[in-house]
Order: sequence, then C-alpha cells, then structure tokens
Amino acid sequence: MSPATLTPIAEVVPFAFSEYIIPALFLVFAATTVAGAIIAVGAQRIIRSVCGLALCCLGLAGLYYFLNSPFLALMELLIYVGAVCVTIVFAVMLAEPDEPAPTARHNWLAIASTGIVATALFWSLARLGVCGDWPTLAVNQSSGSVETIGVQLLTTYSMAFEVISLVLFVAILGAIAIARTGRHHHSP
Amino acid sequence: MKTLTAQLLTLHLQPAPYLVLAAFLFAVGLYGFIRRRTLVGMLIAGELLFAAASLNFMAVNHFFAPDPATGQIMVLFIMGLAAAEIAIALSIVIAVYRNYGSIKSRELTDLQR
Repeated sequence: MSPATLTPIAEVVPFAFSEYIIPALFLVFAATTVAGAIIAVGAQRIIRSVCGLALCCLGLAGLYYFLNSPFLALMELLIYVGAVCVTIVFAVMLAEPDEPAPTARHNWLAIASTGIVATALFWSLARLGVCGDWPTLAVNQSSGSVETIGVQLLTTYSMAFEVISLVLFVAILGAIAIARTGRHHHSP
Repeated sequence: MKTLTAQLLTLHLQPAPYLVLAAFLFAVGLYGFIRRRTLVGMLIAGELLFAAASLNFMAVNHFFAPDPATGQIMVLFIMGLAAAEIAIALSIVIAVYRNYGSIKSRELTDLQR
C-alpha cells in the first residue's frame, strides 16, 4: 500500500462518544491494575492471590501500551503472566501455602500500623509525583521502536545484556541445585 | 466542569496518573510484604514492588527522558532480574518445605519458642 492511501486514524469520521474510548480504556487498565494488586495482597487463599497478580500484570501491560511501548506490554504478558505466575502456581501445588488463621492478639494493631506506614508512603510518593518539580516534557530523540531497542541492546547495552543472561543462567542452575539438595535430606 | 472533563479525557497523556499508580502499587506491595505470613505470599507482594518500580521507570522515561528506548531496556532488565529472583526464591521455598514441612514464616525456626 502506498503512503497516500493510508489514512491517519484521527481523520476517520468520528461517531458519538468516539473521543471517550481511549480514556475509558486507560481507566479500565488502571482499575484492573489496582484491583489485581488489592486481590494479590488481600486474598486469603494463595491461589487467588496469584490470580490477582496475573490480573495486575494484565493491567500493567495495558498501561505500558499507553506509555507507547507495545514491546514491553508483550514482555509483561509473556514473562509475568506466562512464566512467573505459572511458576508460582507450581510452587503452590508442591507446597501447602495457604495463609494460617490470624492470631487474635495484636492483630488489629499490626494491621493498623502497617496500613498507616503504607498509606503514608503512598501519600508522600503520590504527592511527589503530582506536585513534584519535574522537568519540562522531553522531545524524543529516537522513536523507541523495537528496532531501536534491538540496536541499543546489541551496542550501548551489550555488556549489561550479557551480564543479565549470565545472571539468568546462574539463577536456573542455582534453582535446580537448591531444589535437588533439599530432596535427599528427608527421603526415608 | 468543562476543564475537569477535558482533564479526564487527557488523563492518559499526563505523567501524574502513572506515578500515582506506581506509588499505589509500591505501598500495596509493602503492606503485603509485611502482613503476609507465608513465603509465597511475601514473594507475590515482592513482585508487586518490582512492578511498581518498572511502571515508575517507564513513566518517567516516557514523559521526561529524551530517549524512549533506554527506559524500555531498563525495564526489560528489571523483568529479567525479577524472573531470576522468582526462580531462586521458589526453589528455596520448595527446599524449605521439604525440610520443615511448612512455609509459614512463623514456624521456620530451629530454636524453641
């Protein structure tokens, strides 16, 4: 298709409420993230907690898409929902991880003090984000496309890239080693 | 009213909502990290902390940094580190469960209570 036949999306004839679709999508993704995070932390059964984490990562992927990075959105889905959550589910199947019944004494005091700390942290960080003296909006020097990312990974950040691959390799080896040595201690 | 609607319609073009969301994720993750009483629960809360850091990184990079590729690469590295951390931590959880028969953080003790 020649460039002349490509119509920019903005010039397509709008219909009623068409300008509300994108903000509504943003709000949906933000709400998904918040709800997922609350489920992940608040659920009593750990398997629901994992589902909350997956939901939260789904919303985060949408937010990455809004931040002009479909590549990271895809990676978030692949790594977090596809790998991390499934790995945690495997651990849930191997161990017995449900939350123990809450101990009666000091429970409300502990919840309240933790909540105060978390709320204070949220309030201060959010206030810094909203009212902070941020620099003026930047002019992009590169497109931030997948092609740019690939070129930079193999030139500017090639060392970090190699080190990350080494870290992952050692992590896999270490995971196998640790999970195997535990097996012989208890076997009859 | 008009300005409020306009602000709501351009919410996704401003940095503040993303930063507030990241702060919320961080606070919730910290709350869960302290309150959870099993190792897997603490691990999930730790993942939320990682997610908050990534979102913050990405938002600041998108709105204030000149090169949009840098933040994406850094977040990719953060994801790699989180994956490595999950692999190691879960294998430790499995080993601990084999040795102690429990992964409740209160019961993982060798000395008398």
